[in-house]
Amino acid sequence: MSLDISFIGILIGSIMASSVPLILAASGELITERSGVLNLGVEGMMIIGAISGFALMVITDNLFIAIVGSMFSGVIISLIFGFLTQSLLTNHVATGLALTIFGIGLSAMLGKNFVGIPGKEFPILFSSLRESIPFFGPILFGHSIVLYFAFALPFLTNYFLKKTKLGLVVRAVGDSPVSASNQGINVTLVRYCCILYGGAMCGLAGAYLSLIYTPQWIENMTAGRGWIALALVVFATWSPIKVLIGALIFGGITILQLHMQAIGFRIPVQFLSALPYLMTIIVLVVISRDSRKIKLNTPSSLGRIFYKEK
Amino acid sequence: MIKIEKRNDVPMALYFFTPFIAIILTILGGGIIFYILGFNPIEALKFYFITPISNLYGLSELLLKATPLCLIAIGLSFCFKSNNWNIGAEGQLTFGAIVGGGVALLFYNQEGFYILPLVILAGAIGGMIFALIPAILKTYFNTNEILVSLMLVYVSKLLLDYLVVGPWSNPEGFNFPETRQFSDSSRMPLLFEGLRIHAGIFLALAAVMLSWFILYKTYLGFQIKVSGLSLKTAKYAGFKGKTMILVVFMISGACAGLAGVGEITGPIGQLHRMISPDYGFTAIIVAFLGRLNPFGIIFASLVVALTYLGAETAQIFLQIPKYTGQVFQGMILFFLLASDYLLFFKVKILNLKKNELRH
Repeated sequence: MSLDISFIGILIGSIMASSVPLILAASGELITERSGVLNLGVEGMMIIGAISGFALMVITDNLFIAIVGSMFSGVIISLIFGFLTQSLLTNHVATGLALTIFGIGLSAMLGKNFVGIPGKEFPILFSSLRESIPFFGPILFGHSIVLYFAFALPFLTNYFLKKTKLGLVVRAVGDSPVSASNQGINVTLVRYCCILYGGAMCGLAGAYLSLIYTPQWIENMTAGRGWIALALVVFATWSPIKVLIGALIFGGITILQLHMQAIGFRIPVQFLSALPYLMTIIVLVVISRDSRKIKLNTPSSLGRIFYKEK
Repeated sequence: MIKIEKRNDVPMALYFFTPFIAIILTILGGGIIFYILGFNPIEALKFYFITPISNLYGLSELLLKATPLCLIAIGLSFCFKSNNWNIGAEGQLTFGAIVGGGVALLFYNQEGFYILPLVILAGAIGGMIFALIPAILKTYFNTNEILVSLMLVYVSKLLLDYLVVGPWSNPEGFNFPETRQFSDSSRMPLLFEGLRIHAGIFLALAAVMLSWFILYKTYLGFQIKVSGLSLKTAKYAGFKGKTMILVVFMISGACAGLAGVGEITGPIGQLHRMISPDYGFTAIIVAFLGRLNPFGIIFASLVVALTYLGAETAQIFLQIPKYTGQVFQGMILFFLLASDYLLFFKVKILNLKKNELRH
């Protein structure tokens, strides 16, 4: 293996590709958490997105319908979470866990007939530029449209939260639901919207896995990425741009680990596979040590139930 | 007309009654799912909930599956009662099984009465050590225990995979990913000839009694309950919060480790990749369904064990995919949480006619 410049370009391109599901899911969850709702069902919503995207692709043979459908199914499944936590005022942590368990079971049930069906090639953009420009070609070009969207999303999210009125409303609801409510903001409605948006992004993240990254359906194919996405939001201390950085670090570890396996590194495969999970723990420890830093951007009402006496 | 009012205090009878509502709603929901999948719902539900336990073998299988669920849920109840979200019991179970299994493999060609107790003890200690990782990181580094305990599940499963494929694989095993068979002295004694139910059930029952005693009769139990209700009160009362977090995680990890060791020394008899069908995660549901009450958990573990058995039976007889079991488990928790609404709010159906008469 030569470490020439074009190889590094390809390597960076593949790191970007592997970070996409994390960026999408973490950006979605970030908005949800910014509104004060802790949805631990990311893994469940992602896996539902993965199976529904793949199933729709097989049934309709239309990738556009598959992508939109996966987001829609993410919305539907997050609606269960929204109804329970917002209308029936259930505990966020327990409801999110139920969503994950339910989602994994449901996806395996729905996906039973889709195991072993080969996926379809997803169109990539600017494929000619990818080949013709050394180094920057494989980094900037030849990706799916979802990847470009994912890399724009943290900036859009940042703009939304900091520069728009709606973004301010979301932050107000997350930081102080009572005063937001006194200002005439419908806290429950805002939170519903943020939960559904998070669901849509997690659905898309799942579809990216089953349609683009590894185009096929495998049971449990999200393999903990939803939980890593949740950790990323903490890692990023609820700031969208840092989500992007964090996701790239994790994408890097995943790719590095795969390459080390491929070259036949002397370390057992299982230890390399455990790296992303161990890394998550280490990163969380480093970030969380300074509690002031964590508290700076943490939505103050995160995970707390808001109830307005009617 | 329907009117909703906030309750001032939660009626205890209702608190223990709503799990039954949740179970009934889950069965109805399951019927609807079976109907959508194209099965006769009545027949499917019968194969799911009645056929599996209509003979002695089935009942033994039910207890066999309820044993680890009960053990883990008992441990988790300590964590959940004190607001510590240990959701990595599956990892603690796996690590307990690895440590216990390691000891059992040391004695693979020996017999002796002392072997099984050593194996069980090793399993409990293994689970305890593994649970201490998120607990220490939480207390001293302010790290979120949910994420850490969950990440460790993946780590423990990869470690088990490494061991059974690599250094611990059976030298005469034709490269199958499994260890040697444990010697008979490392196996849980069977309770009845021809049935798989084993002495591990006594461990679960002992855990139930002990947890009841700790939670309701000791100072530690009092601290745990107060911390769960209000952290501020606990601090004001001068409880040592950090020590308590470490203790509840250790109890919880030990229980999960025992469950793991019960599985490998009971029905399995060796280590391989698939030692637990996600008992560690399902036990979270058991703990909630049992209302974090030791005796409630016994009941809940039987109900949830039935969803495992029912899923297997329904797959054999009706070719219903076995994953419906997990769907059922998710639904139970959804409905349970939803029915909690009745605990905090009074739904009044006002009879307008009566009111009109009075005027």
